[in-house]
Amino acid sequence: MHDDFEDGRVVVVGVSLAGLRAAEALREEGFVGSLTLVGDERQEPYDRPPLSKQVLLGRSPPDHTALPRRHPIDAEWRLGVAATGLDLDAKRVRLADGNELAFDRLLIATGVRAKAWRYPEQAALRGVHTLRTVDDARALLDALDAVPTRVLVIGAGFTGSEIASVCRERGLAVTVAERGPAPLAGALGGVLGEGAADLQREHGVDLRCGVTVSALEGDEQGRLRRARFSDAATLDVDVAVVALGAVRNTEWLAGSGLAAGPRGVASDAGCRAFDLNGIVTDDVFVAGDVARFPHPLYDYQLLALEHWGNAIAQAEVAAHNMVHSGSRRRPHLSIPAFWSHQFGVNIKSVGVPTFADEVAIIQGSTAEHRFVAAYGYRGRLTAAVSFDQAKWLDFYTRQIERAAPFPPTYRPMDAPAKVQPVPADVPDPALVSHAPTVTVTGHRPDERRVVFDPAHA
Amino acid sequence: MRLMVDLNRCEGYAQCAFLAPDVFTMHGEEALRYEANPDDDERERVDRAAAACPVQAIIVEPETPRIPEQYATRVETAANEAAKGKERVGRHAR
Repeated sequence: MHDDFEDGRVVVVGVSLAGLRAAEALREEGFVGSLTLVGDERQEPYDRPPLSKQVLLGRSPPDHTALPRRHPIDAEWRLGVAATGLDLDAKRVRLADGNELAFDRLLIATGVRAKAWRYPEQAALRGVHTLRTVDDARALLDALDAVPTRVLVIGAGFTGSEIASVCRERGLAVTVAERGPAPLAGALGGVLGEGAADLQREHGVDLRCGVTVSALEGDEQGRLRRARFSDAATLDVDVAVVALGAVRNTEWLAGSGLAAGPRGVASDAGCRAFDLNGIVTDDVFVAGDVARFPHPLYDYQLLALEHWGNAIAQAEVAAHNMVHSGSRRRPHLSIPAFWSHQFGVNIKSVGVPTFADEVAIIQGSTAEHRFVAAYGYRGRLTAAVSFDQAKWLDFYTRQIERAAPFPPTYRPMDAPAKVQPVPADVPDPALVSHAPTVTVTGHRPDERRVVFDPAHA
Repeated sequence: MRLMVDLNRCEGYAQCAFLAPDVFTMHGEEALRYEANPDDDERERVDRAAAACPVQAIIVEPETPRIPEQYATRVETAANEAAKGKERVGRHAR
C-alpha cells in the first residue's frame, strides 16, 4: 500500500480561484478528511478577470461572477475571516476572530491585493479607486455610471489599460498616466509597448508616458477634483483609478519561519513552501498569485505569476502533492499564459516575455495591431505574444517547451519581409516592476549573493 | 446557472456567440465577452455552445453536481468498515 495522505485535516487559506480549485482537486484526488476554507472576503469565490471588462462596462452585474463549481467539496467555510498568523511547529493557523485551526496539511493561496495610493489621505478622497475585488468593481462601476467629466488612470499595465478601454467604450474622457515609456512595457517590453500606446491614442485616450502623478487634490467635501503631475501639469478629474500593480498578501506569515516576503512565498516545483533557511517543508503548500516557484525552462529562477491559468494549474498540482507522496508527486511545469482584452484587441501571451534579450515580429505587423511577436533569450525562444492572432499560440507554446531556437529557423505564415530581432527592452528582472503580470523574482545563477528581503509586516 | 471561459484556451472561433448570442458576444475580431451567470433558460443553448467549442474552453457548472467518485467510494468504504466495526464491538460485548 502507498502511504497517501487520504484522511486528516487540510486547511486552505485564501478562497479565490486557486483556493477553490485546490479544494475541488483534493476531493477529486480522493481526500476524505476534513477540509476547512478560510477567506477574508465575505463573498463566495468569484472570477476576477470579468471585473475590469464586462462588469465595468455594465454588461454583467458584479455579483454574477461567482465561480462555477465542478462538484460539491464537503468543506467547512470560514468566510469574512482573515488568517493572521501561522505556527509551523504547532501546525496551527491563527484567525482574526481569535480562533485557531489545527492542520496536517496547509495550502497558502492568499493571492495579492491592489497596491494602494501612496498618500493615505489622498487615497481616502471620494472618487479615488483601485480595482481588485468585487466590492472595488461595484464602487468603480457606480462612479462610471455617474458619468464623470474625466477619469484618470494611474498606471498603464494590463488592469489600467483595460479600465481605460472600458472608459472609452462608455464614451468617457480618460487620461492615462504611466511612469514608464509606454503602456504594457513592464510586461511586454518597449517594442510592443509602442504598439499599445498607438492603440490607446487611436481610441482617444489622453496617454501621458514618462510622468507620474505627484498629488491627488480634493475639495472641502473630500471629493477628488484635481491631479498634479511630475511635469507640473494639472488636470481636473472626478475619478482616479490607481492601477499600480499588486502587493502579495504575505504579511500574515511574518515571523512564521516561512520564506515569505514582498515577492511572495517561495516554494519548490512541487508547490511545497520553503522555510527561511531554504529547507523545503513537507506539509505547507503554496499556489496562485502569492507563490514563487522555480521553472526549469527559465533557468530555475523563481517565477511569480499573476495569471488566471497559473492559479488553476498550480492549485491542481498542489492538491495532488498534498495527497500523494514520494515519486507519485508532480512538478508544476506548465508554460505561463495570460490574456488581456482592450480596445477591441485580444492580447495573448505564452512563456515569460520579461525573460528575454531580444524580440522580433514574426507574423503580421504592429501597425495593423495584428501580429505575433517572438521573444528570445540567448538564442532560445522564451515567449510569444499575439495581438488578434490567438490561433498561433498553441504552436509557439510547443516551441517554447522544446527550447526552439530564436530567431526561428522557419518562415511562419504572414511573416514580414525580414524578421529583425531588436533588443527586448524589458525591465530588469531583479526589480519588482510596478505593474507585473510576470515577475522573475530569482537571481541569475552567476550572481553568487542572494539577499533575502524579510516580510515588512 | 454559472459558467466561466478559459480565455487562455479561447481562440475566438465564435461558435458560442452563434449558439448562445445572449450569453457570448465578440468584442472586436477575437476577444470574447460573456455573461457568467445567465438565466437558467439559457441552459440548453449554453450546453450546446460548450459542446461546440473547438478548444473546449467553456466551463459550465453541472445542473446536478455530484461529489467525485473517488471521494464517494472511500467515504462509503469507511462507513461500511465503521459499521462492521460497531457490529463486532457489539458481538464482543454480548
